[in-house]
Amino acid sequence: MSSPSHSLADPGTPGRKCGTTGLGVCLDAQRFIKLNAVCGIVFLLLGGIAALLLALTRWQTIHLLPVDWFYRILTFHGINMLILWILFFEVAILYFACTTPLNARLFSRKVAWVSFGMMLTGAVMVDYIILAGQADVMMTSYLPLVAHPLFYLGIILVAVGTLVAVFNYFATLYVAKRDKSYTGSVPIVTFGATAAAIIAVVTLLHGAVVMVPTFTYSMGWTPQPDPAWYRLIWWGLGHQSQQVNVCAMVSVWYLLTHIVLGSRPINEAVCRTAFVLYILFINLASAHHLLVDPGVGATWKIWNTSYAMYLAVLASMVHGFTVPAGAEIAMREKGYTSGIFGWVTALPWKNPAFSGTALSLVIFGFLGGITGVTLGTQQINIIAHNTLRIPGHFHVTVVGGTSLAFMALAYYVIPLIFQRDFIFRGVARVQPWIFGIGITLLSFGMSFAGSMGVSRRSWDIDAQGVYGPAAHLWLGVLGIGGVLAFLGLLIFVLLCVGTLFFGPKIQDRAMADWGTPPALAGSSPGSLAHDHYATKGTMVLTLVFLACFAVYYFANWKALADVWPVR
Amino acid sequence: MNNEPKKHPWQKLLDNTWLLLALGVLIPVLSYTVWGWIELVLTKPALLP
Amino acid sequence: MSLRPLTAPWFHGPAGHEKIWLGCAILWCFVMSLMMPYWHFRGKQNSTGEAYSVKPADFLARTEKFVAANRVGTFKGPASNPMLGDLPLVEPPAGGDAYLVGRMWQWYPALRLRLGETYRLHMSALDLQHGFSLQPLNMNFQVLPGYDHVLTITPTSKGEFTIVCNEFCGVGHSNMSGKIFVE
Repeated sequence: MSSPSHSLADPGTPGRKCGTTGLGVCLDAQRFIKLNAVCGIVFLLLGGIAALLLALTRWQTIHLLPVDWFYRILTFHGINMLILWILFFEVAILYFACTTPLNARLFSRKVAWVSFGMMLTGAVMVDYIILAGQADVMMTSYLPLVAHPLFYLGIILVAVGTLVAVFNYFATLYVAKRDKSYTGSVPIVTFGATAAAIIAVVTLLHGAVVMVPTFTYSMGWTPQPDPAWYRLIWWGLGHQSQQVNVCAMVSVWYLLTHIVLGSRPINEAVCRTAFVLYILFINLASAHHLLVDPGVGATWKIWNTSYAMYLAVLASMVHGFTVPAGAEIAMREKGYTSGIFGWVTALPWKNPAFSGTALSLVIFGFLGGITGVTLGTQQINIIAHNTLRIPGHFHVTVVGGTSLAFMALAYYVIPLIFQRDFIFRGVARVQPWIFGIGITLLSFGMSFAGSMGVSRRSWDIDAQGVYGPAAHLWLGVLGIGGVLAFLGLLIFVLLCVGTLFFGPKIQDRAMADWGTPPALAGSSPGSLAHDHYATKGTMVLTLVFLACFAVYYFANWKALADVWPVR
Repeated sequence: MNNEPKKHPWQKLLDNTWLLLALGVLIPVLSYTVWGWIELVLTKPALLP
Repeated sequence: MSLRPLTAPWFHGPAGHEKIWLGCAILWCFVMSLMMPYWHFRGKQNSTGEAYSVKPADFLARTEKFVAANRVGTFKGPASNPMLGDLPLVEPPAGGDAYLVGRMWQWYPALRLRLGETYRLHMSALDLQHGFSLQPLNMNFQVLPGYDHVLTITPTSKGEFTIVCNEFCGVGHSNMSGKIFVE
């Protein structure tokens, strides 16, 4: 160690100055951002290939895979997408958020190596054992289904490895403050990442509690844990890990609108309080999966599924306002002042990082958010549980929302951290659109088929003899959307990998500009900082959102009222 | 340090990562996990007449 | 500024448009919070999670007793789904208890219910977890081994209904089926 200090400002700390932003970059953090991001993208590709096979199987006309491989690939898809791609990329984001914005050096290179080694070993183990046909149990591996012990051991390694990375994150926050690498409050991006890290702690603790006894059971050492208990604790892992995504994604929204447009949070206190509502209450929503379960009562269900009276939904609605409002203020200050939506048309829609962010926000909010809250309403869940409506919901949150936001981020991460400019920039500009439209179609196909009672995780619907042509049509839409989304994903992976090998190197110069709106004559930065009525466009958009929300919500209550009375 | 302007208490709360960490673990564990666990433990045996 | 530490005090309360939106959002969250308790007391479709712990073998024995006492015929499994096979057709006493077993890969037995009567439908699984999904109504409940999940249910439409399994339970999962007839 050349310098004991963790402030990049001190001489001897291994850092560099970014040629584009002028910010300090910790070289240790940079290495692990690279390693984790590359692994994430590899798992994204694996999960994506699986997704294509699944979409082409559920598209009943094509019905590609045989039955055993359908469930095997479905298990593989869930693990690679929801666990591996997301966790590796999130660790990369955490390492960034605790170093560069705070001008700090990563707490420990060794700890980062341990984390990375555990995660990668675990990931390879899980993928191997699934493809070897020893773990056809779905991602949820609901007991009494039992997989090969390596499956559980792999997941434990990934979870603990991630927890080690989260520890490194908190330790970096601590030493950065101690060594005064910054003064004052951490920026909103770091604050959001901290929220994600806190949620990750709760998530991974549940993971350990549920996976360790399941592993020992699979080894024949201990008796079988109770299936209802398993569901309760497993969803503390399965659902909450997706809340880590939500926080990371919202942080990425703040980050990218800042980088591309120069946005700032319109009100730090409100934005941060919204993150705190996530920290405190979003994890209660693991109950979404147990709403029609035996054993847990209505009071528990209603309280927890509502995130303690919808406080986490309130948080999302706040971010859904403050992110576009920040963009609107930035655009108006740049001089794009015509009408209510003049600033919207002037946004850099050809910048893939921006279009990815905007699509992520719209898809997450309008589709993912509205369906999620509605399906997670205790009684409405009766007409949704385990149907295709559920994946129809989460493919527009974790895929159309989180994955798309992470892809958008990659359009800056690769030039700024890997220091190479993108190849085929014209193709990159359409990639978020192809992916976003594909995943939206997929979600519509799933949701409508689900409304007709088609169940999720089912290889075939024809043996039951109850689903008509409309259900088949929507499964076709699912298939077409899946193919399109896969195409968008493939383009993304090829662009990233191609750029890592062949992209023009950036040495202490600024990265090639993706396109940012220029300041017009009459622009005045900061002039609207105290104008609280300057966000008319955002106000209209959010009210339209609320109207859609209310219509969808009450339409579902109406649909529920039409089924048999039950209690 | 003394000439710094006074911070609002809410800002102090939001700046306190460790408190947020503690509450963020405690609230979901009590409300979701422990409560749910208790409900499952209290399940009565079926009579099956 | 989103990437830079804040050195000056930054707290200020919501104002203007932001305050209006916050008000709308809080109001909406409040409405949604009231809907669930309201429906719990005044609505007709609820999942109370009423359940009792039970050994799978005991539950099967109770179901067989129920079948023997109330059997009215046989449901011939459709040729299109050979995994289902024939099921005893059982009519529980109006207003009484009915038992339904989920196992790989059928719902046993087939039930005949009377329109407008209220039944206590006991459901449990013998092997893996299963999903009770009543089609084409699209009502869904989770069925676990070790738990007697009781639905107090009132059929309000006539006809033939299919119970699909919507929880993954092995290679035969998509064929797992059952029947409820309402007359």
